[in-house]
Amino acid sequence: MLVLTAMLLLTLAPPPGMVKVSGGSYAPLYAREDDRIAVGPFLLDRYAVTNEQFREFVRAHPEWRRSKVKRVFADVRYLGHWTGDLDFDPALAKSPVTHVSWFAARAYARSLGKRLPTQAEWELAGSASEKRADGTLEPGFSRRILDWYARPTRPALPPVGSTYRNYYGVYDMHGLVWEWVDDFQTTMVGGESRGGGDGDLFCGAAAADARDRSDYARFMRYAFRSSLKARYTLANLGFRCALDLPSGKKP
Amino acid sequence: MKRTITALLLSSLLAGCSSPPTPSASPSPAGALPEEVAVLTSAPEVPPPITRKHSAKVSVKLEVSEVESELAPGVTYTFWTFGGEVPGKFIRIREGDEVEFHLQNRPDSKMPHNIDLHAVTGPGGGAAASFTAPGHESVFSFKALNPGLYVYHCATAPVGMHIANGMYGLILVEPVGGLPKVDREFYVMQSEFYTEGAHGEPGLQPFSMEKALDENPDYVVFNGKVDGFGGDQAQVVKVGETVRLYVGNGGPNLVSSFHVIGEIFDTVYIEGGTTKNKHVQSTLVPAGGSAIVDFKVEAPGTLVLVDHSIFRAFNKGALGKLKVEGPENPLVYSGKQADVVYMAEGSTIQRIPGSRAPVGKPTANKEERIARGEIVYKRNCVACHGQEGKGVPKVFPPLAGSDFLTSPEVAVSAVVNGLSGEIKVNGETYNNVMPNLQLSDEDAASVVTFVLNSWGNKGGDVSPKTIARVRVK
Repeated sequence: MLVLTAMLLLTLAPPPGMVKVSGGSYAPLYAREDDRIAVGPFLLDRYAVTNEQFREFVRAHPEWRRSKVKRVFADVRYLGHWTGDLDFDPALAKSPVTHVSWFAARAYARSLGKRLPTQAEWELAGSASEKRADGTLEPGFSRRILDWYARPTRPALPPVGSTYRNYYGVYDMHGLVWEWVDDFQTTMVGGESRGGGDGDLFCGAAAADARDRSDYARFMRYAFRSSLKARYTLANLGFRCALDLPSGKKP
Repeated sequence: MKRTITALLLSSLLAGCSSPPTPSASPSPAGALPEEVAVLTSAPEVPPPITRKHSAKVSVKLEVSEVESELAPGVTYTFWTFGGEVPGKFIRIREGDEVEFHLQNRPDSKMPHNIDLHAVTGPGGGAAASFTAPGHESVFSFKALNPGLYVYHCATAPVGMHIANGMYGLILVEPVGGLPKVDREFYVMQSEFYTEGAHGEPGLQPFSMEKALDENPDYVVFNGKVDGFGGDQAQVVKVGETVRLYVGNGGPNLVSSFHVIGEIFDTVYIEGGTTKNKHVQSTLVPAGGSAIVDFKVEAPGTLVLVDHSIFRAFNKGALGKLKVEGPENPLVYSGKQADVVYMAEGSTIQRIPGSRAPVGKPTANKEERIARGEIVYKRNCVACHGQEGKGVPKVFPPLAGSDFLTSPEVAVSAVVNGLSGEIKVNGETYNNVMPNLQLSDEDAASVVTFVLNSWGNKGGDVSPKTIARVRVK
């Protein structure tokens, strides 16, 4: 039902809170220099999901409350910054929800007829600066990301929308929280070829292409995603939702 | 080819999907060995020697945290650490021990981390098995097959950045039978830092990838910061004692020409292994490598630890101090304390003819000048004139209660124009050289104002305009 509503709305304009990200091409981390993957257009939440919004979800879906959730779907820190099943410091209402597992984020998205963005979609949207669809080569773009990566997490997160609005009208792609993507572990693909005793290669290769700063930042993001498991919940890991365009064109 | 390398790299990073490293010998059944928890220490301390005559199952718990702290006076940096400080905790085990390693990543960390211990025989040195998200803990086990002094470091992509931010330390695997007994043991680890701002630029400095790639560090230091070994907490040993330094080099790039001014290493365990060399002046310590040096101190004074790639020492911070106390021994050494003469230069670059003095940010009033002057003093003057402005008798004149400083201009001139030849201060004759330091008008005004208002001196305020007037163009 919800899906249907969402689809109907799409025929006119993006649903409230979402913007259209026009497709483009995207160079995956493990690609050769000229290797690019086409990403079709899609809709993306303007902001990361907030504590307030997530509370509405767990109110309607008690199985996702802190006291009820199955351990296999979320580790012991799930919603750990809340004070109860439906309670948290009111100052955090508009801050991004964190301490949510991939399973919980997916369930939230589904409840609204949405989905999580793919890694490729997220990276495409994340490479936009304030002024350009591809801002990765702008001076200061990577600096901002790397500076944020370098700082420990603040005890209380600021509200969504407090960093910057990018070319597509999406806020806080970098500088607020890490975000779940649907296929966060796909970077593993192709990993079977590893034999024993490749320790040297492993260390040496980490510097490959590091001359490009944006790649350096991207390296850190992939490393971060690779450290996750679907039930993990972290103090600085939230999410936002995506949706296919009505044409149904999959990226 | 690149695709293959990167794919291999990534696969090694992925703890979740990789099989754990398989040690060549399968571990003994639980309970076969006595169990104990390793004592970990922060530099310069070293855990006590191992006295047991058998192997043990040793549990090591190491917590990773990301902390902002001081890199140099007035300069801070966000360090990524093994145990809250740089270098990481010193781990001491015995050859044949079975180690159960717990790597804990604090919940407020931004990054996942792991550990590659060079003492581990197995893929990645434990890196793949220990890859840990913030707020999680990884456990893996290994057997200490080879004795020696080993570096450990983080190997999470981008590896260079994780190491550059401070993620390294030492693990000593004592040989069966132990190392020869010495009176004192210390932990010294050299490393470099690459900052966006130039050396000494105040405030929180971010990591500079460009400088790291160019291998052009702003700071080369012992134990994680300028004056990290023997600064505020000077290490003191006594004449006649035998001293052992466990020396590591975290890099990320530079090879150290490790040297102690005023000493000869009686024994060097080359590269931290079993081969001993005798009577060594300087020993190479590779990035990601180590050395153990033993020496007996025979004469009182201050021994100065340096990287003898010497600009790193006097201009980038690679200086450490070990005080030796006890009676003079004129047979071994007689004369004035020449060991400190090398310290005559501050870290500020001495003036190159024709170059322009740097411009500093303006200070608004006397209080600001005193505060800033203290930082400038610590960076440039303390090596000769001392923390308390007392100088060194007969070598470097005191600034505290000095009758030579009859007017602020005298001090200003010494700072901006230099001073050489014989002078008399408080009845004592000094004949030495004070270099012309390349300080901005603001920094020079600040440091003189600080001196005038410290250690019971009469007070006063020197403005940058005075500096410009007195400076010889």
